[in-house]
Amino acid sequence: MRTIQADAITKNIREMCIEANHFLSKDMRQVFEDAVKREESTLGKQVLLQLKENLKIAGEDMIPICQDTGMAVVFLKIGQDVHIEGVSLHEAVDEGVRQGYTEGYLRKSVVGDPIERINTKDNTPAILHVEIVDGDQIEMTVAPKGFGSENMSRIFMLKPADGIEGVKDAILTAVKDAGSNACPPMVVGVGIGGTFEKCALMAKHALIRDISEESPIPYVRELEKEMLQKINSLGIGPGGLGGTVTALAVNIETYPTHIAGLPVAVNICCHVNRHTRRVI
Amino acid sequence: MEKKITAPISREAAAGLRIGDYVLISGTIYTARDAAHKRMREALGRGEKLPFDPKGNVIYYMGPSPAREGRPIGSAGPTTASRMDRYTPELLDLGMGAMIGKGRRSAAVKEAIVRNGSVYFAAVGGAGALLSKRILSSEVIAYEDLGTEAIRKLEVEDFPAIVVIDSQGNDLYEMVENQNKLG
Repeated sequence: MRTIQADAITKNIREMCIEANHFLSKDMRQVFEDAVKREESTLGKQVLLQLKENLKIAGEDMIPICQDTGMAVVFLKIGQDVHIEGVSLHEAVDEGVRQGYTEGYLRKSVVGDPIERINTKDNTPAILHVEIVDGDQIEMTVAPKGFGSENMSRIFMLKPADGIEGVKDAILTAVKDAGSNACPPMVVGVGIGGTFEKCALMAKHALIRDISEESPIPYVRELEKEMLQKINSLGIGPGGLGGTVTALAVNIETYPTHIAGLPVAVNICCHVNRHTRRVI
Repeated sequence: MEKKITAPISREAAAGLRIGDYVLISGTIYTARDAAHKRMREALGRGEKLPFDPKGNVIYYMGPSPAREGRPIGSAGPTTASRMDRYTPELLDLGMGAMIGKGRRSAAVKEAIVRNGSVYFAAVGGAGALLSKRILSSEVIAYEDLGTEAIRKLEVEDFPAIVVIDSQGNDLYEMVENQNKLG
């Protein structure tokens, strides 16, 4: 049994909120470089160059990449041999978000109730997903999620007879509807299978996967490639102003499902696909 | 080709713009997003005056991140405009000069743009750090309790935007979609 102080979780979450909102991960930066080279439309290229310059300014001057610094989505993989000492886990995470968003000059975009809509003024609570795994470490991923793209995300409860063609249609429908609202070029996270909520969570999880990493399942890998090509041939382009780069990546996760169902969730993310990871 | 325009914007200047034009806006603009629009609608419903006269003025759909010391504003990119569609025709009929946002607008908004000779610009979504550099000053003029959603008066210089719906009702987003359908 290894003891980890709740304070250590708070400190890391605080730093990761600030880091994720000012610096994109290496895989995202690389895919940007490639996109600028690939884009054929003049206006599209101009938008991508502005976005590249934006990333530079964000890191150098410590101005958030996007003003929508998101709702803080936190994934924790906690080793089953870990004992956390101090405040409760949720409090430790929320305190990290509170400190990160107030001390890091990040926007407070959370309302305490979806109907009454009073801003909580410190961007809490976080959206926390916890998984218990083997070992005595904690892996933390912080992925601030903006709502321009979150609003365009969808879930489709398909029928088994819809098959893989139905899945392809669902993904394309979501991306087409998202269009310029989702700040393309986008990253598309897809969950196929499971139940209603498992499917949505897989789609979110697909977004935090390293963008250069392919699915280990052969047909899924092929589907990722095919959908990226199909989405880019939609012509939506950077900023929705037309062009050949509409998506930077399509990441798909799958899970066993029920004999009667074929759930498909499409979680759209803008080009500011923020995620940062640490292990303590 | 870049066109330099000033804000507030005249009907003549708006009439000279066409979809796809890349413009650099200088002058005074106002921010308002969801919650501020709701309050403005309520104010109009009570027969009250708005915090600023919409006539000729440009509304930027934006809620910034907080400014660091010595800076006028934090990250300051556009938010999705369609969420304001429900409130927009009324403001256009009160003479609003132009809007800056991102994403498609409703048919009712488009009709109101044509009816009033206005224009809708898109700024690049997710370029908030870059766009903040074109904002010289920022002052909250109303609804301070709304935090990032308060109405701010901004002085901007060479603020980059693209005409996506012009005063004739041409729509660049729609054109992009239709081109694709044909291709």
